[in-house]
Amino acid sequence: MLTITSIRNGIVIDHIRAGLGIRMFYQLGLDKAGYSVALIMNATSTRMGRKDIIKIENSVDFDITMLALIDPNVTVNIIEDEHIVRKVKPELPERVENIITCKNPRCITSVEKYIPQIFTLVNRELGQYRCRYCDEIYTVGKD
Amino acid sequence: MLKGRHLLDPTDFSPGELDEIFDFADQIIQTPDQFNHLCDPSILATLFYEPSTRTRFSFEAAMLRLGGKVIGFSEPMSSSVAKGESVADTVRTVACYADIIVMRHPKEGAPRIASQYSPVPVINAGDGGHLHPTQTLTDLLTIRSAKHQLGGLTIGCCGDLKFGRTVHSLIKAASRYPGNKFVLISPAELRVPDYVTADLASKGIAYQEIERLDEVIGNLDVLYMTRVQKERFFNEDDYVRLKDFYILNADKMRLARQDMIVMHPLPRVGEIAYDVDDDPRAYYFKQAKFGMYVRMALISKLLGAC
Ligand SMILES: [Zn+2]
Repeated sequence: MLTITSIRNGIVIDHIRAGLGIRMFYQLGLDKAGYSVALIMNATSTRMGRKDIIKIENSVDFDITMLALIDPNVTVNIIEDEHIVRKVKPELPERVENIITCKNPRCITSVEKYIPQIFTLVNRELGQYRCRYCDEIYTVGKD
Repeated sequence: MLKGRHLLDPTDFSPGELDEIFDFADQIIQTPDQFNHLCDPSILATLFYEPSTRTRFSFEAAMLRLGGKVIGFSEPMSSSVAKGESVADTVRTVACYADIIVMRHPKEGAPRIASQYSPVPVINAGDGGHLHPTQTLTDLLTIRSAKHQLGGLTIGCCGDLKFGRTVHSLIKAASRYPGNKFVLISPAELRVPDYVTADLASKGIAYQEIERLDEVIGNLDVLYMTRVQKERFFNEDDYVRLKDFYILNADKMRLARQDMIVMHPLPRVGEIAYDVDDDPRAYYFKQAKFGMYVRMALISKLLGAC
């Protein structure tokens, strides 16, 4: 397996469903990061078969609730002095604005771009959100 | 309190608030002349971003019969919308001139945007395949007038139940009244979407899905017919095999109860034979009239005129 040096201080986002790592990478703005960042795709995992991992060095200041919107099953490890000091499971927020985009082509948000994209959580277990305008359902990890 | 409210979704108003509208509609039906100056000084604007002559006439006739006045456009090409004006800007401008706004729009959720920018009440007159709440109010008033109740009924919905938004809205609205049961009659490929049946199941409401109308018509208090379009079928064979199941005619009416009513949002294309029209149980043209009365009551209540 491809090896990447472990980090001293920072965050490791683990157990990302294979293929979703790149979306998180961009969502967190890591493409513009000025510090060391690694995106590992298709790593072997005993539990998941294949998974993606993101390692971020020297920065912990992220809104991790956003990660749950892409894949609610990720684990966020906070690393200090090469040890995991905290494991965090991101929780789905009740309401999200301008993160999810409505995929219904008939939705008014597809033509009137000044409108904020607003979704509210309707089913936490299934990870389902509903568009405020057209009621389209967005399922976390699937859409 | 209904004054100043918007109507975007048929369940925006509680059953109690709907009763207030229906009670007032009943008064108008009894003595229409008494209300023909009720909205005298007011102006209703009809913003129709796609043509729907029937719905627009119903709203305009309702306002005119209340003594009010009407402005608006019936297709966007003839207005500032053609120059690319946003819904938010159009609504804020029109609200300077009108006291109440009726909006029809091909995009889903457009009336909600309008309501967020409008200082006057906004009524959704249909947004894409999404909602059409005044059709639902029409349907409920029709049932209430014929049956003198909105609960304890067996309601059959027949035809294209997959794409028929009027049926989805009616089921959602009627499921708020106790004791209603639903019989969903359609070909397998045109069944109601799963979220509709999941919603009924979660509320513990009885429903049955079946392919043939003649097998269940004798159990129904209300039969709600919808169009079955040939192009919705997966193949020609299925269409030929099934289409007659969904055509109501005098023969099938003989199997129905004497007090069943037949409803249809109109226009029909052949799913109700003309030999049903003279049957006293045929309510679809009366339904159109109830549609105007319920809009009269709705406009009056939202304007605070009564
Ligand atoms: Zn939407």
